[in-house]
Amino acid sequence: MNKALVQLTVTRVREIFRQPEAIFWTFLFPVLMSVVLGVAFRSERPDPSAAVVVEGPGADLLETALRGDAAVRVERMDAEAANARLRAGRAAILLIPGDPVTFRFDPTRPESEVARVRVNAALQRAAGRIDPIVVREERVNERGSRYIDFLVPGLLGMNLMGGGLWGIGWTIVEMRIRKLLKLQLTTPMRRRDFLLSHVLVRLVFIPLEVLPLLFLSFLLFDVRVAGSLGTVAIVSCLGAISFAGLGTLIASRARTTGTISGLINLCSLPMFVLSGVFFSTARFPEALQPWIRALPLTALIDALRSVMGEGATIAAIGPQLILLALWGVASFAVALRVFRWS
Amino acid sequence: MHSSVSVSVQGLVQRYGKVTAVDGLDLDVHEGECFGLLGPNGAGKTTTIEVIVGLLSPSSGKVRVLGRPWGEDDAALRSRIGVALQETRFADRLTVREVVALFRSFYPKGRDPLAVVREVGLEEKGAAWTSKLSGGQRQRLALACALVGDPELLVLDEPTTGLDPQARLRMGETIRSYRDRGRTVLLTTHYMEEAQRQCDRVAVIDRGKVIALGSPTELVRSLGGDLVVEFVLSEGEVSESELRGVAGVRGIRRSNGAFHITAGESHVTVPALLDRLRERGAAPAQMTIRHATLEDVYVSLTGRNLRDE
Repeated sequence: MNKALVQLTVTRVREIFRQPEAIFWTFLFPVLMSVVLGVAFRSERPDPSAAVVVEGPGADLLETALRGDAAVRVERMDAEAANARLRAGRAAILLIPGDPVTFRFDPTRPESEVARVRVNAALQRAAGRIDPIVVREERVNERGSRYIDFLVPGLLGMNLMGGGLWGIGWTIVEMRIRKLLKLQLTTPMRRRDFLLSHVLVRLVFIPLEVLPLLFLSFLLFDVRVAGSLGTVAIVSCLGAISFAGLGTLIASRARTTGTISGLINLCSLPMFVLSGVFFSTARFPEALQPWIRALPLTALIDALRSVMGEGATIAAIGPQLILLALWGVASFAVALRVFRWS
Repeated sequence: MHSSVSVSVQGLVQRYGKVTAVDGLDLDVHEGECFGLLGPNGAGKTTTIEVIVGLLSPSSGKVRVLGRPWGEDDAALRSRIGVALQETRFADRLTVREVVALFRSFYPKGRDPLAVVREVGLEEKGAAWTSKLSGGQRQRLALACALVGDPELLVLDEPTTGLDPQARLRMGETIRSYRDRGRTVLLTTHYMEEAQRQCDRVAVIDRGKVIALGSPTELVRSLGGDLVVEFVLSEGEVSESELRGVAGVRGIRRSNGAFHITAGESHVTVPALLDRLRERGAAPAQMTIRHATLEDVYVSLTGRNLRDE
């Protein structure tokens, strides 16, 4: 590695460490946000369904029948207030007494559908229904298969994407706006070194982005890494490289902070939705799957989930790693060609 | 070593849309001299500098620096020149020493960054962030960045603008000692005293063209005399043609009611001038006699003051 590249990288690292607010927004904030999301989606016990019994003759009977079921939370109010609750999504189902009893709910909302099944079962049983088949329930809450185990690799991938796109994209555009580059361009500094130094800086900061999240999710949620930490490190590096390349590419022409934040959102929001940060990509139509798999964030999250959840080795996630490297190298090469220096 | 041309510019034209910033400019900077581009703001000096240091490609014209054109081996050429631009900005949270060390790392060979920081008089600020520097200190930092690669050619755009007189003198000394080691300097300025004191040769630039070229002494001599007599009339009136015949008068210019007369020898011209005024019934007031400067050269060539702009 040449002297100029080392100096450029060291200089950038110094500058970042001298900006407390940058440290907060790039490293602490994503970790805090991940912890909050982790808490929100921990879901150890399923939430009871929110059912509302509408006032009227026979309402007492319905309420008493549901009170006995732990899977349902019952409230009672007049028709107007109850309908308002349903519209706002704070009630899953309304029960209107009468003969027949009316269930009012939106069947496209999953929690309403669940509520219908639960409420119906509770009412029928209270009225004396005997279930002909005896069942025993076996509830699975094993480490490694919980939602939080699915979520943490997704959040790691999301943080690495945000770090690359915002960390590099924003910095380069700001340097361009403040004309900090002009004097350096009169020196024999190699332009490739300038751009490469931004990529190297990203690699320097990987431990700061990955380790606190891994540590906190172990501490708070008992999330463990089934595979080796070394493999996690390699996957993270390749992920960081692919998003560093992408960050350099989207910053290569932008002249205002408005443009760059628009471009970053344009780039990251689709991946945020499609790449399976919060739910499995299997939900999307089959025709979209090849495109989704080609996205760098999908490759990164898939690889992280395999390593953390199933203990996959490097060989097993080879295709994802190659895809990440290709994204990084190709976008960096294009960035170097089209970069607006003046 | 024989004297050769360090910078050669031929027929340089630079247009921005409909505006022509440089309009057919020619100049040669010789090795080992300090060459000044003198002119008001907007004359095209900065554009010319940016073309010479390879930041801009010209609309037309030929530029050779240290015998080479831009576009062949730019990195090799850049390693031989040091540049300080006008109002350079640095990353806020780096120290003076770190910035100079960073610039040093770009050059294959060069000087010790600490020695250069000392030479430009910033050793006390070595550990200060660049955001804490005054305008003058920032310009000295830019000079340090230009010197740290130990270049053969130093190009400085308005190195002394905004400096206090003491800082200006210090900057002048640094530049002169660099030139005294046989290196070449190309600088721009809109201060005539500075050009006169600092430069071996000066090109006066106006509206994107060179309108006069030579050593400061030669340029002043081209006025026909190196004295200027200035006065206003407190009473009476006299025409320019009536004064033209006075012994020793080489040139007459009138602005805002004041006469500016260029002359060779004061002991001949001043008594003759007073006699002529008395004959015409006119009385002079606020009469001053001074040496001609580059400002007079500029005014006599353009009819405008350098500082009007």
